[in-house]
Amino acid sequence: QRARTQFVQAVADLAARPQSIETLQSAGVVSLLRLLLLDVVPSVRQTSALSLGRLADYSMELAEAIVKAGILPQLVYPLPEENRYYKKSAAFVLRAVAKHSPQLAQAIVQCGGLEALVICLEDFDPGVKEGASWAFDYIARHNAELSQAVVDAGAVPLLVLCIQEPEIALKRIAASTLSDISKHSPELAQTVVDAGAIAHLAQMILNPDAKLKRQVLSALSQIAKHSVDLSEMVVEAEIFPVVLTCLKDSDEYVKKNGATLIREIAKHSPELSQLIVNSGGVAAVIDYIGSCKGTVRLPGIMMLGYVAAHSENLSMAVIVSKGIPPLCACLIEEHEDHIKAAAAWALGQIGRHTAEHASRVAEANVLPTLLDIYMDTRSSEDLKMKASIFAKKALKNVLQKCTYLPALEPLLHDAPPSIMKHIIGQFSKVLPHDSKARRLFVTTGGLKKVQEIKAEPGSLLQEYINAINNCYPEEIVR
Amino acid sequence: MAALARLQERLAELREEYFLVNRSIDEDRRIKYKAAVKIQSWFRGYRVRAYLRHLNEVANVIQKWWRGYRCRKHFRQMVETAYFIMKMNFYNEMAVRIQKRWRGYYVRTYIHNYYALKKYLQAVSVNNAFVRRELEEYTEMKENEEKMKDLEKEEKEKKYQARKMHYLLSTEQIAGIYNSPFRKCPDPMELLLRKSKPLSHRRPQMKSPFAYELYDWPTCKKPPAFVTALPLLPVGRQKPQGPFRDTAEVLCQRYKPLEPTLRVAESINSPPGKAGGEIRREEWRNPMHDNEFLPFSSCHKNDKYEPTLCRSSKYGREAYGTKHFREVYPEKWIADKDFERVLPSIVLFEKFGKTYSKSGPIV
Repeated sequence: QRARTQFVQAVADLAARPQSIETLQSAGVVSLLRLLLLDVVPSVRQTSALSLGRLADYSMELAEAIVKAGILPQLVYPLPEENRYYKKSAAFVLRAVAKHSPQLAQAIVQCGGLEALVICLEDFDPGVKEGASWAFDYIARHNAELSQAVVDAGAVPLLVLCIQEPEIALKRIAASTLSDISKHSPELAQTVVDAGAIAHLAQMILNPDAKLKRQVLSALSQIAKHSVDLSEMVVEAEIFPVVLTCLKDSDEYVKKNGATLIREIAKHSPELSQLIVNSGGVAAVIDYIGSCKGTVRLPGIMMLGYVAAHSENLSMAVIVSKGIPPLCACLIEEHEDHIKAAAAWALGQIGRHTAEHASRVAEANVLPTLLDIYMDTRSSEDLKMKASIFAKKALKNVLQKCTYLPALEPLLHDAPPSIMKHIIGQFSKVLPHDSKARRLFVTTGGLKKVQEIKAEPGSLLQEYINAINNCYPEEIVR
Repeated sequence: MAALARLQERLAELREEYFLVNRSIDEDRRIKYKAAVKIQSWFRGYRVRAYLRHLNEVANVIQKWWRGYRCRKHFRQMVETAYFIMKMNFYNEMAVRIQKRWRGYYVRTYIHNYYALKKYLQAVSVNNAFVRRELEEYTEMKENEEKMKDLEKEEKEKKYQARKMHYLLSTEQIAGIYNSPFRKCPDPMELLLRKSKPLSHRRPQMKSPFAYELYDWPTCKKPPAFVTALPLLPVGRQKPQGPFRDTAEVLCQRYKPLEPTLRVAESINSPPGKAGGEIRREEWRNPMHDNEFLPFSSCHKNDKYEPTLCRSSKYGREAYGTKHFREVYPEKWIADKDFERVLPSIVLFEKFGKTYSKSGPIV
C-alpha cells in the first residue's frame, strides 16, 4: 500500500513537468493509473486522478487515450461518495479532457460526466465548485448542443449560486461559464437570464478585480447580442453609467469587453442607441478609441457605426461629441485591414444621412484618405480586401450627399471613373445655383479638369458634364 | 202625237245634239273639272298653308318660350355651379392656408423640431463633457490609489528591511554605516533604524477568533485551545490501526467552529437590553436550571438517573421507558439474528446515531 501511494505521488509530480510526460506516455502509464483509480486507499485514488488530469491537460493524444481506455465512467461513478479532494481532481480531469475538442467533450457527456459535475457543483467546498464550473466552461465552449446538454443537466441555477459566493476565483470561472453557455443561441441566453443571472452579473461590474470584470462584461455582452429583448433586460439591470467606468479601466481587455457590451446593446434598435447617447456613452467610447491602439479599438469603432446608422439625429449626436477625429486617426494609423474597414464603414454611416452630415465628414479631411485606401488596394484585385470595399461604399454614400465643394476639389484630380461619376454629379447639382462656387470652380482649374474627362455620350457622366458646361458661357468652356 | 213626231224628227239630231252636247259638256266638264280642281287645290293649299303657317307660328311661340325657359334654367344652374366652384376654391384656398400653417407647426414641433434638436445636441455635448470629466476623475483616482498602494508597499519593504537590519544602528562609540561622521546629519535610513523595533523570531500564530464569544458563553469553564485552520492531511500518512473513523473527519467535526446565534454571540457587556448590572445579577441569581449544562456528555456519565414523577410509583419505577421500550416476545422470533439488508444502505442514514457524541444506545 505504501508502495502504491509512493508510486502514485511520483507519477503526479512527474506529470507536472512537461518533459517527463512523453516518457510517461511511452511507459504506458494510463492503464496503470486506471487500475490505481479503483484503489482502496482514498489518497491513492485522489493522486491518480490528479496525475490523470495533468496528463490529459498536456496534449490531445493523451486525452484521447484516456477516453479510449474507458477511464471516464470509472472516474465519474464513485463521485457522489467521495471526498472533496477526489472531487476536485476528478473535475480537473474532466476539464482537461474536455478542453481539447468537441468529440472529447461529447464523450464526457455520454458517460454521465455532467451529472457528476452537477454533484460537484452542489458541494460546499469552493475549490470543488471551481473545478466543476471550469469543466462545464470547457464543455460548453465548443458548440450549441454541448451547451444545451450542460443546461439540461441543471447546471445554470447552480452556477448562478456560484457567482454569489465570496471567492473571486469561483466568481470568475462561473461568469466565464455563463458567458460561454449564452454565446451560442438566444434560447440558451434566455435560460441563463431566467435563472436570474443578470442582476448578479450587473452587481459584479463594480468589483475591483480586473479578470472578474473581463468575464462579467463578456457574459453580459454574449447575453445581449442575441435579441432586442435580451438587450433591454441587460439595460434594465441599470448597468449604464457604471459600465462607462469600465471603459477607463487600466486593463485593456476590460475596456475591450466593456466596449463590446455597449456595441451589442447599441446595434439592436434606435431606442437603445438613444439611451446610450443620453447617458454619455458615446463620449466615453470616443475617449476609449482615442486612448487605445490596435484590435482593442475595434468594438468601439463598430459601436459608433451602429449608433450613427440608426437615425440622423443619433449620427449628429456622434458628430457633436467629436467622434470624427478619432475615426480619421484610426483610418490613418492602423495597419490591420479589418480595423480600417470598420473605421471606413463607421464614417460612411455617419456621413450618409444629409448634406449637413456629409459636409462635417468632408470638412474633417477624411475623403482623400478614403480614396487612398480604395485606390491603394484596388491594385491587388484578387485579394479583394475588406478595407477597399468598405472605403468605396463609404465614399459613395458620403459623396452622394456632400455639397461642400472645397473638399470635393482635390478628389477631382485622382479619382477613378466610378467615383468621378458621383463627384461630377454633385458639382452639377450645386454649381447651377451658386455663382461664387462657379467662380471658384473655374479659378481652381476644376473646369479644365472636367473638360479633360472623356465620357461616353449618353452616359450619366456626360449628362453631368453637360450640365456643368451649361452653367458657363461658351467662350470659357472652349 | 205631234210632239212625238217632232221629237222623232228631232231624234236623229237629238241623238247627235245629245251626243254633241254631252261631248261638249264632257269637254267642258273636263276643263271645268280641272279648273275646279285647280281652284280647289289652290284654296285647299291656301287653307293648309295658312294652317301650317299658323301652326308654325304657334310652334315657334311654344318653342320660343320653352327654349327660353330651359336656357334660363340652365343658366341659373351654370351660375349656381360657378358660384359653388368659386366658393369651393375659396374654401380650398383657406383650407390650404390652415393646413400649411398647421403642418409646418406640427412638423416643426413634433417631427423635426430644429431647436429641440439643437438643444438636445447641446445637452448631449454638455453631458458628454460631464461624463468625460467624471471618467477622468475616476481614472485619476484609480491611478492615485495604485500609486499609493505602490508607495505603501515600498514603505513596508523599507520598514521591514530596517527591522531586519536593526543591528546596523549606530552606538555611542561606533558610528553605524548610515551615520558617517563626515555627514552633517544622519542618513534617513539611520533614522528609520532608530525608530524600528528589532525583528523577533517568528512565533507560531495563535489565532482564536471565537475566544471572546466562548468566554461569554454562560457556563463554559474554559474555552478549548484549538487551531481554527482545518487540518490538512499529508498524503501517505499511515492510517491508525484499529476500528477508527477517518481522522480528518473526526478532526473536522471536533473542531468545527462555533456558529452561535445572534443572541449568544453578543457579549453580556454590549447590548443595551441587558446592559444594566442589576438585570445581569438577577439573571445570575435566578437561573432555571441549577445543574450546569456541560457540553460534553462524558461529564454526565457518572450521574445517576433521577426518575420523573409521572413514571414512578410507590413500587419503584415503571420499567417501560427505561428497561424496555416496547414489548418483545422472544418466543415469537423466527431467527436468532437480526434482519440483514439486501439492498445497499443509504449513506446518510447509516451515519445516524454514529456521530461522535453518543446520546444513547440506538440499536
